[in-house]
Amino acid sequence: MSHVGYVLGLADDALIAAQRLGEWCSRAPEMEEDIALANIALDQLGVARMLLTYAGELEGRGRTEDDLAYLRCEHEFRNVRLVELDNGDFAVTMAKLLFLSVYQRLLYDRSIGAGDERIAAVAAKARKESAYHVDHSSRWVVRLGDGTEESHRRMQAAVDLVWPHTHQLFEVDPVVHALGVAGVVVDPSTLRPAWLAAVDAVLAEATLTRPGDGTAIEAPAGRGVHTAALAKLLAEMQVLHRAHPGARW
Amino acid sequence: MTLFDVVAAVKDPELRVLNVAELGILRDVTVDGDAVTVTITPTYSGCPAMDLIRSDIESALHDAGVARVDVRTVLDPPWSTDMITAEGKAKLAAAGIAPPGPMPGSVFVPLSVRCPRCGSPATEQLSRFGSTACKSLWRCTACLEPFDAVKAL
Repeated sequence: MSHVGYVLGLADDALIAAQRLGEWCSRAPEMEEDIALANIALDQLGVARMLLTYAGELEGRGRTEDDLAYLRCEHEFRNVRLVELDNGDFAVTMAKLLFLSVYQRLLYDRSIGAGDERIAAVAAKARKESAYHVDHSSRWVVRLGDGTEESHRRMQAAVDLVWPHTHQLFEVDPVVHALGVAGVVVDPSTLRPAWLAAVDAVLAEATLTRPGDGTAIEAPAGRGVHTAALAKLLAEMQVLHRAHPGARW
Repeated sequence: MTLFDVVAAVKDPELRVLNVAELGILRDVTVDGDAVTVTITPTYSGCPAMDLIRSDIESALHDAGVARVDVRTVLDPPWSTDMITAEGKAKLAAAGIAPPGPMPGSVFVPLSVRCPRCGSPATEQLSRFGSTACKSLWRCTACLEPFDAVKAL
């Protein structure tokens, strides 16, 4: 993976997460939650836009944030599969958001000191927003996990379902590893111990059991290999731009 | 009225009582002949008001007779609610929106918010997310009024 590929990965994680969270708009369990999820989606979209713009500049082929968001095909998206999974029930959405936001907060925190100044500037803003995302999803996971028998059962099922997809966040990539050693960017594969400590604390408070690392690990496959869920998501996200090329608000 | 004042007078579209200077998002106004460059910073990464603020600044300068306007966005240093001026915070409170307290530092601690209507500290948070990205929703348990509060960021 190149430097551009790395930036696209961060951007696409945020973009696809934003699109999924946006699907809750007008469908969340309560009004406050509807607003919360839309706000979190907006934060993710903001980060995605800034990073897509940067990726386009790094690439040097004149592609804008819109070109990258609307005119790439499925296999060109570099998001992790975790963010493209269907929303499922509310517990699945909260498990996804907890695992993603803890990862993003760590990544952004450490990116502030890394050599890539553009990522550092985006991260310095985004880390403060991520803290709210972590807080929000943690509260829900604890509330549902340590709630009724039914909510506990469904929260545990959600954690079990999503967990295998978390491993991809920390996959080792030789180019990213080298960029990380050189201090240019943060190598996500170094983040797992800190991520695990933070996630474990929430799961313990929620009386939930963390699935063992040896169980149900998805087959290793790089960013660019996707589940069937992404194609449907992109079809909806890109339909207007593809039907009316160059359409503007 | 200087061109800086012209730009500074542009209102934030979501917190209408504040202008961009009071909100702390106006970084710089430089004049070079008939061209003016304005530098602003977003509040939140995804703040949807940025495009409107940009176009409002362009319109204000065009109305003031400036031919060429370039509005640039910078991220560094990141905006914080600590950048809202004291006057801005007073205007928020007067409009019934609880102003943000100081940033709690690296540790994330929810702070209590004083009711902007009756001043009571006996308030409770209804939702950590409010009508815009920068606000949360609260209720005063003394006067029973619900109110918006600008989140410390």
